[in-house]
Amino acid sequence: MKKTGAEILWECVVREGVEVVFGYPGGANMPIYDAMLSYPIHHVLVRHEQGAAHMADGYARASGKVGMALATSGPGATNLITGIATAMMDSVPVVFVTGQVAAHLIGGDAFQEVDVTGITLPITKHNYLITRADEIAEVVREAFYIARSGRPGPVLIDICKNAQVEQAEFKYPADVKLPGYQPVDHAPKDSLEHAVKLIEKSQRPIILCGHGVLMSNAEEALINFAIKTQTPVASTLLGLGAFPASHELSLGMMGMHGEVHTNMAIQNSDLILAFGMRFDDRVTGTLKTYAPHAKKIHVEIDPSEVHKNVAVDVPLVGNLKTVLTDLIPMVDEYDHEEWKKQINEWKAEGDSRSIMNWDPDGKLHVAHLVADIWKATGGNAIVTTDVGQHQMWTAQYYALDRPNRWLTSGGAGTMGFGLPSAIGAWFANKEEEVWAVAGDGGFQMTAAELTTAVQENANVKVAIMNNSFLGMVRQWQEFFFEKRYSAVNMLSPNFVKLAEAHNVPARLVTKLEEVDEAIAWARSIKGPTVIEFRVEQEEAVYPMVPAGAALDQMIQRPLKS
Amino acid sequence: MNYTFIALVENKPGVLNRVASLFRRRNFNIESLAVGRTEKPDISRMTVVVDCPNGDMDAHKIEANLYKLVNVIDVQDVTHQPSVTRDLALIKVMVGPDKRAEVNSLAEIFRARIVDVAADSLIVEITGTEDKIEGMIELLRPLGIVEMVRTGQVSMTRGVTDGVRRMPGVNGNRFEDLSEMAEMAP
Repeated sequence: MKKTGAEILWECVVREGVEVVFGYPGGANMPIYDAMLSYPIHHVLVRHEQGAAHMADGYARASGKVGMALATSGPGATNLITGIATAMMDSVPVVFVTGQVAAHLIGGDAFQEVDVTGITLPITKHNYLITRADEIAEVVREAFYIARSGRPGPVLIDICKNAQVEQAEFKYPADVKLPGYQPVDHAPKDSLEHAVKLIEKSQRPIILCGHGVLMSNAEEALINFAIKTQTPVASTLLGLGAFPASHELSLGMMGMHGEVHTNMAIQNSDLILAFGMRFDDRVTGTLKTYAPHAKKIHVEIDPSEVHKNVAVDVPLVGNLKTVLTDLIPMVDEYDHEEWKKQINEWKAEGDSRSIMNWDPDGKLHVAHLVADIWKATGGNAIVTTDVGQHQMWTAQYYALDRPNRWLTSGGAGTMGFGLPSAIGAWFANKEEEVWAVAGDGGFQMTAAELTTAVQENANVKVAIMNNSFLGMVRQWQEFFFEKRYSAVNMLSPNFVKLAEAHNVPARLVTKLEEVDEAIAWARSIKGPTVIEFRVEQEEAVYPMVPAGAALDQMIQRPLKS
Repeated sequence: MNYTFIALVENKPGVLNRVASLFRRRNFNIESLAVGRTEKPDISRMTVVVDCPNGDMDAHKIEANLYKLVNVIDVQDVTHQPSVTRDLALIKVMVGPDKRAEVNSLAEIFRARIVDVAADSLIVEITGTEDKIEGMIELLRPLGIVEMVRTGQVSMTRGVTDGVRRMPGVNGNRFEDLSEMAEMAP
């Protein structure tokens, strides 16, 4: 049957299971928007294309499906860039479809023409430029397959306007033919046996659980492996939620702002089992002294991550879930009592410094507020953040027992991610409670999406932690630049009035006794709300591994009774 | 030292740009890159010579990153394999009739050819390994080289032996006849 290119796009997209897309129309994608009306697609009109990218990203992270965002050519497409890079760095499957000027105009600096495939080459897993309608079906099929398989990631399709309106014979491709793209599933048997030997010899093993555990749905396999071998589990920032925080083997977050006992355990371990993580500089500290006594087993789907930062003894390249499922029957049961006891001693020392033990001083501390939200929501909300101090405190104190409920920009560290990703996550599961924890700086970067939330009646709760500073930069200036504060004093608008101008109910909280009531108030409203918390201004996130220091050379939390 | 890779890629627009962009992005230094069609019309073949200061570790990184490109089908490292390697150069030398004989005798020794003669210049075409071409250039330089162009190196392994493939499992690479990734660790 003959169809227009735009119709073929939607025929394919619907077959991929897409129900909601986030986007912004413009001159070069109008045929796509016109054809969309005939298909069962809910479109969310954003206020800035960056918002569309983060929403599609948040939708993908919370749902485990492929997210989708649309933008027009030129500035519409370039506004997506930060969001595409964010998805790339965190391996999130999103398909971006941008309009492009007609094929015969390409290269002529036509109105709103930008070389989008050129710009996005390094920040997409793959991208396509389509100049003819008959290319669309095959490319869309491939794009969704590439986005979700192997190491997931964003794929961009740039479609020339003529290809959207021209007609072509539509036949949905039965399968994808990609001779150069065949991800590995199983790891070879002799490598597995080699790994088992290292596990047998180990007295002090530790699992480093990364985003890959969530991406390959390996949570159950991880729990089974950890329990069978009684191996403690430390998590990267993005791996939080993959292993239940309340489990006795859980060590919480590792790295720059990880817990002391977690980093101590890594540094003193004799075997590291790295599952779907990539030894980022934020989790290793200086590589010169990283886990000096540990043999290393690295289970990873992307061969280019193996030996990239840390040379490992046994690389197991393959799908994490498959590899773990293969490995579990091969390993024996252990108890590792000594090792767990040692870790618990370190933990007791760290716990004595917990901010939770502080006496109330009348001020609002972000860590306490996060804990209050955790209590009110039973630890069951989907939580998104911006980037900075509040992000670290949320990672430390919103303890998650379930997967795919922690949405944060880890690799790229994108401010402004919190609100739009929360809206996207709400579309993934409208029954779930969604909280966006934001800083005063990051919130202002994408605050315009409040109106998007209103238009969609997205039930998203925003908690702005307002310390009138760009907090993390301020902390670094305090620690490493002799407290010479440069460009970190931040004047903010009246957030309550701002929210109300968007028709979002809002409250300002300045006193401790108002906190619980305000959280309850926000939860009682069906629809978006904003709470601004005026928090302690010059607080620092602890523990902290200074840049370039060894992982166990942490600045500890100050002791306060 | 320089490593030589042979990459088979899909013959599609933009693939060369993807490969070149990858090398730039990951901070690898390309010494030479030659691309051309193969016996199969939908497959192009690249010979890439890259400086690898960390030896096999860098070679591992390059192979792994090349496979991240969806259009890259196969990568072999032929650095340590018996292989035939060729580079072609056209060298324009500023010589009049008095010195043509001298250039001609040099060309004969190197099995090069004079492919163009003008009143006060001539063009020498030479094919061979990089060393051989460098040798010829050194001898022609005193006579006055005014222009030179080189194709970059192309390589092919001898007999039926393939190069080294370091990525077991990827794109249907078999596990057993591949060098183990574990051996790449320093």
